[in-house]
Amino acid sequence: MAEPAPDVLQRSDDQKPPIKSGKKRWRPQWSAGVALIPAMTITIVCFYGFIIWTFVISLTRSRLLPVYKFTGFDQYVRLFANERWWTAMQNLAIHGFLFIGGCVVFGYLLAILIDRGVKAEGMFRTLFMLPLSMSFIVTGVIWQWVMNPGLGLQEAVRALGWASFEFNWIVRPDRSIYTLAIAGIWQQVGLCMALFLAGLRNIDPNIWKASRVDGIPVWRVYLHIITPMMRTVFFTVFILMSAIVMKAFDLVVALTGGGPGFSSDLPARFVVDHILNRQELGLGAAGAFVLLCTVIAVISPYIYFELKKERSGRGH
Amino acid sequence: MRYNRWALYGLLCLAAIMIMAPVFIMISTSLKSMDEIRNGSIFTLPADPSFAAWSKAWLGDCTQTLGKKCGGLSSSFMTSVQIVIPALFLSVGLGAVTGYSLAVWKMKGANVMFAALLVGMFIPPQVTLYPLIIMIRELGIFGSIPGLILVHVIWGVAFTTMMFRNFFKTVPQDLLKAARIDGAGFWALFWHVMLPLSLPILGVAMILQFTYIWNDFLLGLTFGGRSGQPMTVALNNLVGSQFGEKEYNVDMAATMLTALPTLAVYLLSGRLFVRGIAAGAVKG
Repeated sequence: MAEPAPDVLQRSDDQKPPIKSGKKRWRPQWSAGVALIPAMTITIVCFYGFIIWTFVISLTRSRLLPVYKFTGFDQYVRLFANERWWTAMQNLAIHGFLFIGGCVVFGYLLAILIDRGVKAEGMFRTLFMLPLSMSFIVTGVIWQWVMNPGLGLQEAVRALGWASFEFNWIVRPDRSIYTLAIAGIWQQVGLCMALFLAGLRNIDPNIWKASRVDGIPVWRVYLHIITPMMRTVFFTVFILMSAIVMKAFDLVVALTGGGPGFSSDLPARFVVDHILNRQELGLGAAGAFVLLCTVIAVISPYIYFELKKERSGRGH
Repeated sequence: MRYNRWALYGLLCLAAIMIMAPVFIMISTSLKSMDEIRNGSIFTLPADPSFAAWSKAWLGDCTQTLGKKCGGLSSSFMTSVQIVIPALFLSVGLGAVTGYSLAVWKMKGANVMFAALLVGMFIPPQVTLYPLIIMIRELGIFGSIPGLILVHVIWGVAFTTMMFRNFFKTVPQDLLKAARIDGAGFWALFWHVMLPLSLPILGVAMILQFTYIWNDFLLGLTFGGRSGQPMTVALNNLVGSQFGEKEYNVDMAATMLTALPTLAVYLLSGRLFVRGIAAGAVKG
């Protein structure tokens, strides 16, 4: 793992005249160590230490404030018996499937369209990625207005002559979860497009030459040759989008507020709500820990992959 | 072949229209009067564009206040600026020094530390939220701008370190050797060699950190309290408030005002934003 330190670092010290007295020399390596202290403290204390702390709280009966009276896994038992938690978890699955699927499909299609060699490529790319610069709150508020059943899209389409048009998902408990995916895809599709486009640009142009010689239709080249070659890009996109889905908090708050009722609630919102508003610290901490385990389950192959790539020399 | 080209441009334009439509609707709604919104459609252009809703969103409505401030977004805009500027420089500066230290001065355990930091980027902020509240409260800066700055530095350092560390790894060893033979120590090497080399990545890190900190909601909501309320939190409160009649034009003007700084940075920075966004997408 440890690459051999460049010998120059040691040698340059030797080149200088040795200091006579018993005073120890200040080496640059020590400066480097000192410079790492703030980031190391943050990593150890604020990341890993606080995760352990949250886990400890989840084993107690804390409500408004942390109380260190341990009750074993009672909070987890309560959590798994909690109907709102299961709604949130189920919503996470639905939203995750639709959001990741939508981002991958539309992002890949847009990347292919741009990759066909269009004029004004830069303009299209800039437009597709524009929503990325806006916050989830802004996205949520915009879409809440567009999907407003009284004055938004539903009314506008009806005014165009399609009188029976219905699009009131945002106020329907059985449909509100789908509105999250619409707004989420709108915001993140540009990122997927950019990642896929970078992957397509890395494809060896000789593959295109060869397939043209063989007379293979363009769509078949994409489907049977290019797509399998892009599997690492698909993997990366999948991981990035899952990370976004599992942290999704702002978008629900701004778009549906988790409602109607708790019909579009997500685990991240459940956790924040129980910790900040409901004086159910222990239950919230248990939810947070379960959320963390879900993240780890999805992310660990990616981390493993990244570190392995790192070890076997940089680059692809 | 020709038809294919038409279909290609047709599809791209359709996608561009679909992506731009909500932005267009936001701007056009913000320029209408409430009468026009009630009687018209979201697709129509404002008949008599007016910035009245914008000024109301920015300054608030001082006729309906109950002894409080007027409720406009201007004060939270200033709060956001006061949070973003120091947090931006501190988190990028700390990331640059840490990344440099990890990449160039390969100490024992540097790789382990980097892996720990990389994993840290994926931790959902909800998991460490409560301990962080206790820490900030113990430091006596809960509900204030310094508290929010510190929290943003804590949450940003993993990302900025990763950007700089990965860049500094690509600097040729010969260059470092030459600088070391000239007698450059830890800080001299950083200031005179590495930092000037890293200007493009510095730009990327600054742009993205600006976007992330400006767009943050959860940390602002949790740690801001009354006096440290950033713009996203104020926007959500404004839109969510149930007092009186809903004014969609003011809501949309407020949304546009909140989105403008990051939109401007995105449009002005162009490729730099694109370069970093993939690396930063995992961040919370």
